[in-house]
Amino acid sequence: MNLQNMNFFVSLVLIFTSAAFTDNILLARFLGMCSCLAISKKVDTSIGLGSAVIFVTASTSAINFLVYKYILLPLGIEYLRLITFIVIIAAFVQLLEMIIERFSEKLYYALGIFLPLITVNCAILGISLFMLNKPYTFWQAFAFGAGGGFGWFLAITLVGGIREKIKENELPGGLEGPAITLIIIGIMALAFVGFSGMIKI
Amino acid sequence: MIIGSILISIGISVGFLLGTGLILAALLILAEKRILNYGACCIDINDGEKKLQVPGGGSLLSSLAENNIFIPSACGGRGTCAYCKVQVTEGGSMIGPVEEPYLGPEERKKQIRLSCQVKIRKDIKIRVPKELLSVRKYRGKLLHKRPLTYDIVELRIELVEPKTIDFIAGQYIQLESEEYDGHDRVMRAYSMSSLPSDKNHVELMIRKVPSGICTTWVFEHLGEGQEVTFSGPYGKFHISDTDAEIIFIAGGSGMAPIWSMLRDLREKGNERKATYFFGALTQRDLFFVDELTRLQQEVSWFKFVPALSNEPAGSDWEGERGLITDVVARYMPDCSKHEAYLCGSPGMIDACIKVLKKGGMTEDRIFYDKFA
Repeated sequence: MNLQNMNFFVSLVLIFTSAAFTDNILLARFLGMCSCLAISKKVDTSIGLGSAVIFVTASTSAINFLVYKYILLPLGIEYLRLITFIVIIAAFVQLLEMIIERFSEKLYYALGIFLPLITVNCAILGISLFMLNKPYTFWQAFAFGAGGGFGWFLAITLVGGIREKIKENELPGGLEGPAITLIIIGIMALAFVGFSGMIKI
Repeated sequence: MIIGSILISIGISVGFLLGTGLILAALLILAEKRILNYGACCIDINDGEKKLQVPGGGSLLSSLAENNIFIPSACGGRGTCAYCKVQVTEGGSMIGPVEEPYLGPEERKKQIRLSCQVKIRKDIKIRVPKELLSVRKYRGKLLHKRPLTYDIVELRIELVEPKTIDFIAGQYIQLESEEYDGHDRVMRAYSMSSLPSDKNHVELMIRKVPSGICTTWVFEHLGEGQEVTFSGPYGKFHISDTDAEIIFIAGGSGMAPIWSMLRDLREKGNERKATYFFGALTQRDLFFVDELTRLQQEVSWFKFVPALSNEPAGSDWEGERGLITDVVARYMPDCSKHEAYLCGSPGMIDACIKVLKKGGMTEDRIFYDKFA
């Protein structure tokens, strides 16, 4: 499929879906694993962290797209994108945490306390870097970021649900905690690999 | 020409990185000043008994500590020990996920919070036990460290800053260990065994806990002449103001508050009758027997009953044998008119309470200090 010839909204929906399902950042690319292992013990916290990731990936992919297109490219220093994106994401997350903490206590306890965890999350950086591989426009990059975040949210919530269900079951000592979680993620990744290639853009 | 263009591109990238870094740093600093500035907030303690002006944004625990009000805390404000509970009647933030597991429904109804997790954003009203208001942080010098038994040492600390401490016999302090072998500083509670009238010294009895962070520090790293820090006094364990006959029960380092109380009673010319049951396993676990026997001879009101539960049958021990609970039951078949003061492990205290209740004592006459 050719993005340029497609209806604008159709392209956004396609990009969002492919980023969320066929190219799931957690299950197909195995990024953002550390916070996923640490926080996926319960569904509530998984949803909290997942929502924070959606918000941050969507916003930072938009910001980073603008910085890349209007500052790095014209100056001919696109090789600095990695370090630039890291700094921008970290600063954005810190700022966001402060704002949320100041203005909404409810939102802070639902989302804000997870923000320090994703300051240096590789999934978020990964999404900002992957979007540069395709000739996206601003809104398409935004859709890619939001879709990638949604995919991560979906994956960690599923893992959280499964972990909650198996909490009562007895496991061999060596498999407890992160070990069984990695096995679960591996099996789920198999399922998500089945989606791959369904949407080619 | 080539060198020139390389220099230019280096210049551009360095300039860009520097510029981005500076702009973002400035933005964050500005944001912290502007967004996280809550202005001065007022902490009202015990309905106006004390009012503090503090800069907003800090935790309740640390803001109080900066004003010399020390809420007991062992984890240093990380929300893992749940010691720093206070009642926040107004202006507390929402209960966060860190606090959630430590607060039962009863405590929630009473508006109890972990003070390390309450952030001060506006004027706040709290209630704390009155004696906490006199808690201070002390710096002292270790004068003596002498073994009492194979696993208990006595520390004698001279106060350096502030120079004196006012406490009631039976209260405890929180000793702060220093960093060693990768362990962080921790605070642990120890009862004072010294006399309240000896205002510029503090004595502690510390039993070695296998792989305990603080006791290992005391046993292996703390030397005479070294500086120690602690805060106190804490606790409500003290002798009540009645005429009832007293039963003391304590074993091992649980003797610390009792030793302080006994000497305090003698100093004040006490007339109340008192019996101290000292439970131990074998003779090597006994200490201060001579001192306590001498006290028994000196004053008419005191009786000392040491009892060993694991002493070999043929040994030279002439005192009582058996579990301390059985010995108490034998000596005090009817203790309905007595008051009991217990200090020791939760298991020992619960067993003693059972025996005392069987002897007719009501629960409001049993006072105890449980080692957790």
